[in-house]
Amino acid sequence: MIREFASADVFYLLLAARWTIGLALVAAIGGGLLGLLIALARILPFAPLNWLAIGYINIIQGTPLLGQLFVFFFGLPLLGFPVGAWTAAAISLSLYASAFLGEIWRGALQSVAKRQWEAGAALGLTYRQRFTHVVIPQAVRISIAPTVGFLVQLVKNTSLTALIGFVELTRASQIITAATFAPLTVYLTAAAIYFVICFTLSQLSRVLERRLHGAR
Amino acid sequence: MSGTLWFAEQVRQLNYSFKFGAIWKYQDQILEGIVLTLQLSIVTMIMGLAIGLLVALAGSSPRRTLRLPAQIYVEAIRNTPLLVQLFIVFFGLPSIGIKLGANTAAVIALTINMGAYGAEIIRAGIESVRRHQIEAGRALGLTAYQTFRHVVLFQAMKAIYPSLASQFVLLMLATSIVSAIGASELFHQGAFIESRTYRSFEVYTLITLTYLLITLGLRTVFAGIYWVIFVRRPVR
Repeated sequence: MIREFASADVFYLLLAARWTIGLALVAAIGGGLLGLLIALARILPFAPLNWLAIGYINIIQGTPLLGQLFVFFFGLPLLGFPVGAWTAAAISLSLYASAFLGEIWRGALQSVAKRQWEAGAALGLTYRQRFTHVVIPQAVRISIAPTVGFLVQLVKNTSLTALIGFVELTRASQIITAATFAPLTVYLTAAAIYFVICFTLSQLSRVLERRLHGAR
Repeated sequence: MSGTLWFAEQVRQLNYSFKFGAIWKYQDQILEGIVLTLQLSIVTMIMGLAIGLLVALAGSSPRRTLRLPAQIYVEAIRNTPLLVQLFIVFFGLPSIGIKLGANTAAVIALTINMGAYGAEIIRAGIESVRRHQIEAGRALGLTAYQTFRHVVLFQAMKAIYPSLASQFVLLMLATSIVSAIGASELFHQGAFIESRTYRSFEVYTLITLTYLLITLGLRTVFAGIYWVIFVRRPVR
């Protein structure tokens, strides 16, 4: 039965947006933890580890996220893990985020000047001490703005999970469109909700960049 | 038990035999998909950059009536998902009387999307050329056009080339999204092969790896072009 697009539908979309945010958060945390390992594997002075990290990053950044989603969605059940759309989505988005966050953080770690390492060494600090007390605090500063910027990409990319049937904002819009047959209104409303989330993050990233760079 | 052994054991216990061979006879479809994806990427890249150039110029205009719409366009596109933009064009526009085929809708949505990112890249390129370079050109008696042609253009091109190259790869990967409305490209070919073979996992693994090959190929080509144009170039 076709009904009118009403305020209840906007409410339903807002409820669905919680899943968009939830998925983005899970992927940010999972991808963040893994991304730390990737960044470390990329810069520690041990060649095979570097190659492994580079290979991983190339595979994730060189293939479409949609492909990764489908591979996990169809592949994990074959390996004996009967996962649903939520788990497949969370896993693939986390892996996706880890490759990008890993690269952002590697860049930040490497942008700390070599002189800083040398100064640490001259003061008699060990490799680990130089890493934790000299390099990391500076790298964190540099990486905060681009990290928040990447979160915008992550939120937008959660929309692809609609295509494996995970009910987040985009999938919810499809469902409401089927009921109300008002696609333009529904998708514009969804776009507006995405915009509010993403624009807030973009602006935050800009403010952080200005503030942290000004302070240096 | 080590991870690999455990994994091998899991695979052995499956009542599923992986059949990548069943897909091999669809190599023509895959090749066609590669060509379609590249065509779609090139067309939308060129049109997107044309829009991007106009938007970048409007965005740096001193007139607010030009600047504001440009800023709204860039922010609106960059802060919403491509998939939703695609749905608005393909499913939404018909309700106000604009009916588009899947391929046309895909090109339009991708172009509008690329335009916003292109504008940001071009703006950064123009800003990267320092003002005193332009003043130096004018001081040497070059006209505004000559200064742009001989001083600004090459430096700006060199500055934005890496971002353009990586944006092209990102765009190429993003074209997979238009399979959601059934536009023809590589991922859609994958869906076709899946419907014939019921081998979802194998098909999508193969298609995903095909994208990886395209990415690696493109990166090599772009690195080669960069070397030929910007590195090997004799000092003038």
